[in-house]
Amino acid sequence: MTLDYRAEPTTAAPPVVDVPPVAARTRRRFRVPRPVRRLAGPVLVLAAWALVCATGLVGPQVLPAPWSVLGAGWDLAVSGKLWFHLSASLERVGLGLVLGVVLGTALAVASGFARVGEDLIDSTVQLFKSVPHVALVPLLIVWFGINQEPRIILITAGVFVPVYINTFSAIRGVDRDLVEAAKAFGATRRMLVTQVVLPGALPGFLVGLRFALAAAWLSLVFAETINTNQGLGYLMSLAQTLLQTDVMMFTILTYAVIGLLSYALVKGLEHRLLRWRNGYEGA
Amino acid sequence: MSAVEAAPAVQVRGLRRAYGERVVLQDVSLDIRTGEVVAMLGRSGVGKSTFLRVLGGFDPDAEGQVVVPDNRAIVFQSPRLLPWLKVLPNVVFGMTDPDRRERGRRALAEVGLLDHAGAWPNTLSGGEAQRTALARALVREPDLLLLDEPFGALDALTRMTMHRLVGELLRVHRPATLLVTHDVDEAIALGDRVVVIDSGRIAVDVSVDLPRPRRRETAEVAALRRRLLRELGVDDAELDG
Repeated sequence: MTLDYRAEPTTAAPPVVDVPPVAARTRRRFRVPRPVRRLAGPVLVLAAWALVCATGLVGPQVLPAPWSVLGAGWDLAVSGKLWFHLSASLERVGLGLVLGVVLGTALAVASGFARVGEDLIDSTVQLFKSVPHVALVPLLIVWFGINQEPRIILITAGVFVPVYINTFSAIRGVDRDLVEAAKAFGATRRMLVTQVVLPGALPGFLVGLRFALAAAWLSLVFAETINTNQGLGYLMSLAQTLLQTDVMMFTILTYAVIGLLSYALVKGLEHRLLRWRNGYEGA
Repeated sequence: MSAVEAAPAVQVRGLRRAYGERVVLQDVSLDIRTGEVVAMLGRSGVGKSTFLRVLGGFDPDAEGQVVVPDNRAIVFQSPRLLPWLKVLPNVVFGMTDPDRRERGRRALAEVGLLDHAGAWPNTLSGGEAQRTALARALVREPDLLLLDEPFGALDALTRMTMHRLVGELLRVHRPATLLVTHDVDEAIALGDRVVVIDSGRIAVDVSVDLPRPRRRETAEVAALRRRLLRELGVDDAELDG
């Protein structure tokens, strides 16, 4: 027996549904472009911020107005202090990032290609992963004093873990069929590594790099709490002592801009290195 | 011509392959001469691909005597092109000859893809990707060409075009060829010999001595087709239906 869910007898004509023509409906009304719509939220927040400050609802010591924050930033830029501190921070992050990426990639390759490497390295890194690396700060100070070393090491420690984890799993995730085909067509072991496995692991590595950049800037904030007289972190703690809320907020803004730029950098790198994925031919 | 024929390019004697308790190939013996196309038919899971993998040297655990030429090339069911290399570098991948790029271009021209030499594999259609894989195999001038259900993933129209192309190229290059397939029409169209594998042995071995193109309507082709399908367990009722 077949089930009939229809209430009408089967001889009845199917109901006619009026479907409004989609294209016509969308064309008639003006649509705000998506980037503008997405900008509306931040603009509203900014407007509320300005309003609260302009009406004097909140004191400037607690929440300085947007224009005072920009003014403080302008003063820092003109006096050269901004570049002085920013370059110190950039140098730390750059150095820690390079060391961390090299270390993470080297370990991932070692444990990705050899069982012995995996047995030795992987469990160790997994163990290390479970420690919040910023908890190392006091220990690093004891070991290395309050010089540049503990700061760089802290950033390196934050960077190498995501690079290692993503690159290792990407190496292991490379299509076995491709490796087999490459072997069948005469690839040497060296070619397998450089032309099959590493290019195949590149997307995973770039995901790791994205996490690594975030980790680097986070680590920097902690690293610059270690006795220092240079860097964005120093600028921040100095402003805190002097109760310069506008400088503090400008520093935070700087972190945000740098974060966005780092993200754009990795996106650009992905676009360049992974052209083969969407078939983009390049310029 | 000399009365003594050259030794077959491929000689397999008493090949056996078991995975634990499960015996896939019981006792397979097969010769393939240079220039000869052997089409191997069988239902899925009978060990066709296992046999091909043994000839390709991918399976060190098979027992028996296998003589194959060193210069082998394979076309897999999926193209297996390296997505991060453009078409031409894919075709000549692993080659060391100084004139490999020129040879790669010639091979691409043979499969009608010369103007795609600089394209990324991801921009190719399924048929184009498989033609690239074919060029990658032929550019090596192999003494043994292994085709592992190479048209299985293509649509019916593309498959017909591929049959014609492959048939022509095989007559030019004349490698010993093993074509593994489950498609009886494909086996008849391309094979000089058709073997059917069943229960781990070669159950049928017929020479196809018919002029090409082999049309399904002709009586001989129809009879052969019917016979092979019957061997594969398709009964007459299904054939007519």
